[in-house]
Amino acid sequence: MKESSAKARYNSIPDKIFDISNIVFMLLVVTITLYPFLNMFALSFNDANDSIRGGIYAWPRMWTWDNYRYIFNEASIYHATLISALRTIIGTITSVFCTAMLAYTISRQEYVLRKFVTVIAIFTMYFSGGLIPGYLLIKELHMINSFWVYIIPGIIGVFNMIVIRSFIEGLPDGIMESAKIDGAGDFITFMRIVLPLTVPALATVSLFVAVYQWNSWFDVFLYNSSHLNLSTLQYELMKILQTSNTAASSTNAGDQFAAGQSGVTAVTPTSIRATMTIIASLPIIMVYPFLQKYFVKGMTVGGVKG
Amino acid sequence: MENLQQATPVVKSPRANGSRLQLFFTKLLHQKTLVFMSMPFVLWLFLFKYVPLWGWTISFQKFRPAKGLFDQEWVGWKNFHFLFSDDSFYRVLRNTIVMSSINLVLGFVTAIVLAILLNELRQIMFKRVVQTISYLPHFISWVVAANIISSALAPEGIVNILLTKMHLIDQPILWLGKGNYFWGILGASEVWKNVGWNTIIYLAAITTIDPSQYEAAEIDGANRLQRILHITLPGLKSVIVILLIMNLGNILESGFEPQYLLGNGMTVDYSENLDIFVLKYGMNMGNYSLATAAGMFKTVVSFIFLLSANSIAKRLGESRLF
Repeated sequence: MKESSAKARYNSIPDKIFDISNIVFMLLVVTITLYPFLNMFALSFNDANDSIRGGIYAWPRMWTWDNYRYIFNEASIYHATLISALRTIIGTITSVFCTAMLAYTISRQEYVLRKFVTVIAIFTMYFSGGLIPGYLLIKELHMINSFWVYIIPGIIGVFNMIVIRSFIEGLPDGIMESAKIDGAGDFITFMRIVLPLTVPALATVSLFVAVYQWNSWFDVFLYNSSHLNLSTLQYELMKILQTSNTAASSTNAGDQFAAGQSGVTAVTPTSIRATMTIIASLPIIMVYPFLQKYFVKGMTVGGVKG
Repeated sequence: MENLQQATPVVKSPRANGSRLQLFFTKLLHQKTLVFMSMPFVLWLFLFKYVPLWGWTISFQKFRPAKGLFDQEWVGWKNFHFLFSDDSFYRVLRNTIVMSSINLVLGFVTAIVLAILLNELRQIMFKRVVQTISYLPHFISWVVAANIISSALAPEGIVNILLTKMHLIDQPILWLGKGNYFWGILGASEVWKNVGWNTIIYLAAITTIDPSQYEAAEIDGANRLQRILHITLPGLKSVIVILLIMNLGNILESGFEPQYLLGNGMTVDYSENLDIFVLKYGMNMGNYSLATAAGMFKTVVSFIFLLSANSIAKRLGESRLF
């Protein structure tokens, strides 16, 4: 019914003009958003020497896998991708589990320390010691040059905790009550009942944490930059960006130099950069659309409460 | 269950006053599972979030990393005096405030416009696809974004090609090499990355507007634009006011990654903000005390801003929201 009345309502000529220009505007937005990725995609699949000629826009001219083959034969980049994947998986599982557990305890109305824990946690959203004290703490804890510096300092996310807590508080009371009557303790209730029912919130939070972990480079730079074994994909990409920013103002000049240096089959800084950009964004592009309905909800809950 | 029953009646019992502490510990003992589930993380919060606050004492010391944490020399407010007499600090402060103001205004206007226009789309599938695509740049890292932006703005990049083809410029411009372009580029980059994401909250607010208002306006002969101006925008007003005030509290948070990744030696006078200043003095030059003083200044001022923003929002919220 709504459809038919809407149709009658929007059929005047100015409305049609509005609709069409709106669609054109949206197509423009989509183009500006997607074109840079398409351009990187095209460069990453195009022959590196051919790319020097320019004119590669949204589609490769001379298809090749060489750039990807080169990247994954480069031991350091291969290893960095592995570390990125590892920190994303371990970091997400531990952080989501621990954050959910803490969120569960402060969602229990009867818990005598509920207020205390909540206040202690929320206060940290507004106050932080800052870069230098944080760095000195990590140093004192001997966590520099270790993998765990990626996991432990971020194990609780306070914003995420609020998102999960609001979700748990929205669950029907009866479920947890009946679990208690059946003799289940708090930990069992959390594991068997709350976790499975909280999946939508956990999905949102997992996405946030996984994206944070996958995208991180600053902690690598700060704590592990002298330890190449612990470098991540984003940090390697950051280093390439920095050299291309400082070395040659024109990337083409750098390319021609590289091509001249190492013969015909070489890859160029531009194609390495494009290929790594695609590798670094691909996991995200493949995951986030499927979690859209969850994170949209999670954002509005967090936005209102936080 | 047991705990719930205890909670209210005990207060009335005559013994309650004398043994409140005892009652507290009895309850705590009953809830030991909850305590075990939360205490490790409370300790974690103390270690990783509260101990660094104690690190602020460094800004009142002449900190030397070689000495122990307790053998440092105290210098009072000297680091702050130095900071406030340093010209580069004021430049950095200016950059911080200008960049976050640009981000604030541009971010608000673009997100609201995009949300309203998305709401006006009648093809639901198309709307959904546009929304999904618009969220993409928010999820990719600033490293990837900076790579994309710097290649788009390179002399042979797409921006220069388009402008040349449209005969707006004769020869390629070195966009990232000139300081006076930096703020604009930064603002545009922030919009490109976050505009889609920022529409989420406005689109959620639009769905709470009563549809009968639109129908009434329709009957009164209001056209599309009039409906946007007189129903959708006023419907968003409270969300806009609240978000605007809350964001004013973040005026010293201009971001770190985009400035660090897109800035370079040629644009440093415009790109360097407080966070980069702290990093530069602290990590590169090893002046931990001065860097901590700058960081502390930022946190304390931000907190004051945030508190006042919060109370303004509350006051407005009570009189306007309900």
